[in-house]
Amino acid sequence: MADIKQLYQEVILDHNKKPRNFGALDNPSHKAEGLNPLCGDRIFLTLRVQDNKVETVAFQGEGCAICKASTSMMTTNVKGKTVEEAETLVQEFRDMATGKLDVHKQPNHLGRLAVFEGVKDLPSRVKCAILPWHTLHAAFNSVATTTTENEEEPMKSAGVTI
Amino acid sequence: MNKATSVRSQKTDTGMLDMARIRADFPILARRVNGKPLVYLDNAASSQMPQPVIDRLVRYQTQEHANIHRAVHTLSEHATAEFEEARRKAQRFINAKDEHEIIFTRGTTESINLVMHGYGRAFIKAGDQIIVTGLEHHSNIVPWQMLCQEKGAKLRVAPINDAGEILLDEYEKLFNERTKFAALSHVSNALGTVNPVREMITTAHQWGVPVLLDGAQAAPHLKIDVQALDCDFYAFSSHKICGPTGIGVLYGKRALLEKMQPFQGGGDMILSVTFEKTTYNTIPYKFEAGTPPIAAAIGMGAAMDYLTGIGIERIGEHEAELLNYATQQVGAMKGVRIIGTAKHKAAVLSFVIEGVHPHDVGTILNEDGIAIRTGHHCAQPVMQRFGVPATARASFAFYNTLEEVDALVAGIGKVQRMFA
Repeated sequence: MADIKQLYQEVILDHNKKPRNFGALDNPSHKAEGLNPLCGDRIFLTLRVQDNKVETVAFQGEGCAICKASTSMMTTNVKGKTVEEAETLVQEFRDMATGKLDVHKQPNHLGRLAVFEGVKDLPSRVKCAILPWHTLHAAFNSVATTTTENEEEPMKSAGVTI
Repeated sequence: MNKATSVRSQKTDTGMLDMARIRADFPILARRVNGKPLVYLDNAASSQMPQPVIDRLVRYQTQEHANIHRAVHTLSEHATAEFEEARRKAQRFINAKDEHEIIFTRGTTESINLVMHGYGRAFIKAGDQIIVTGLEHHSNIVPWQMLCQEKGAKLRVAPINDAGEILLDEYEKLFNERTKFAALSHVSNALGTVNPVREMITTAHQWGVPVLLDGAQAAPHLKIDVQALDCDFYAFSSHKICGPTGIGVLYGKRALLEKMQPFQGGGDMILSVTFEKTTYNTIPYKFEAGTPPIAAAIGMGAAMDYLTGIGIERIGEHEAELLNYATQQVGAMKGVRIIGTAKHKAAVLSFVIEGVHPHDVGTILNEDGIAIRTGHHCAQPVMQRFGVPATARASFAFYNTLEEVDALVAGIGKVQRMFA
């Protein structure tokens, strides 16, 4: 197994300490809650998608460093991407975390997100890393009917439990 | 103790037990994890198995196995005798009056569910109340919730204070003429609190309320005497007392067991079957449908022999020493908060490190071969009470040493430095 420091490297510890895009958006077009009952990790994602592009995204919740850093880095990475591009990242991240994608040998779009590669050797922590990505996928698939004219009927929120 | 071991184990020996000899009984303690000697501090989840128990299982499987309570051949008769001897060992282990009051189950959870089905579904009615405490493991909450939902009964919870102790005044106030059952943990799995169950049972009995004790975390550490406790039911698991998984015990007072309905239907639990009518077997067999885990039951008996051979009281004293030392050392660390500071505790140290999620603590300690449990410990209401999503929990057994506590403390220091 890789040294533990390989996983808990500066970038992850930094995102854990100072999570980016922390908070909740006022008028999200999509949202979802992700829960990992085994750990108690819980994140709540809000997004604004316009013209098929992730205009902005924010998260709240509590979790371990792996989960928080993964969520924080996910938000910075999907911002400005199309839904399809973001879904590609979801797939690639999940494949990397479960050992199906070798980031060193196979082409991918993960970039800095490859710091999470080490979780594939820690089966009990894989879920911590992929929870935000599952949640993003659920949010994209939530029925985003919310509009400012239709305040009484709140948008259907998607939930994911892993 | 000879000179050589006394020098080597100067630090490890609390003076209660011959540590070198005891540790040599547990083959798994010699293994290395991530290149470091294993420091196994997850005993509240499951304890390790000593060689005499392993040997007993091997002997059973290599020499003695057959199905029980059936055939007339030698093996079956022998296996039956050994299986029933294990029942008597369990009877002595908790000082039950009668061996027929010992029912073999799959473990504590199944024991509690058996009482929920056999007693609860037969005797709890709409409007009745069932009392649990704020310290329960999910396995002593969920079955009663299911029963309440089915019957229209109400679950009432005795609150705990900031130390993790049950508020006895509040507990007593919960009782009224609608109270029909109480299900209480003997020792809390998440915090280690030893509850004043004798007193709590007296209160319940004053209202004519039967009491089930969840003894999963008590049986490994305390001498259990169900007659002195006067509990109506007592549940515990083999794998937390150095025995195999898949087997446990439900003790119940004879009169209650006899009026209860069976749990599962099948072979062994019947006297006669026709398509018109089935006559159930007598206790305990009425509750033991199907072929039981015979080897596991015999293994559990061997584990009880092993613990009794060392002496549960001495085990408890050694563990108290470990817990005191750990509480002192970990409690003195800046940025570490101990969750659960009851006056009476057994072998559990739950803690949180400021700014670090318990799962990260667990992963980093594991790198140094230190096994602890992290999470909500199947006691989410306890976590909610203390406002934490999870804790890190070190739990001790009699084969742990003061040096292993030092390893834990060093590990926590390493975590803090990484997250500084």
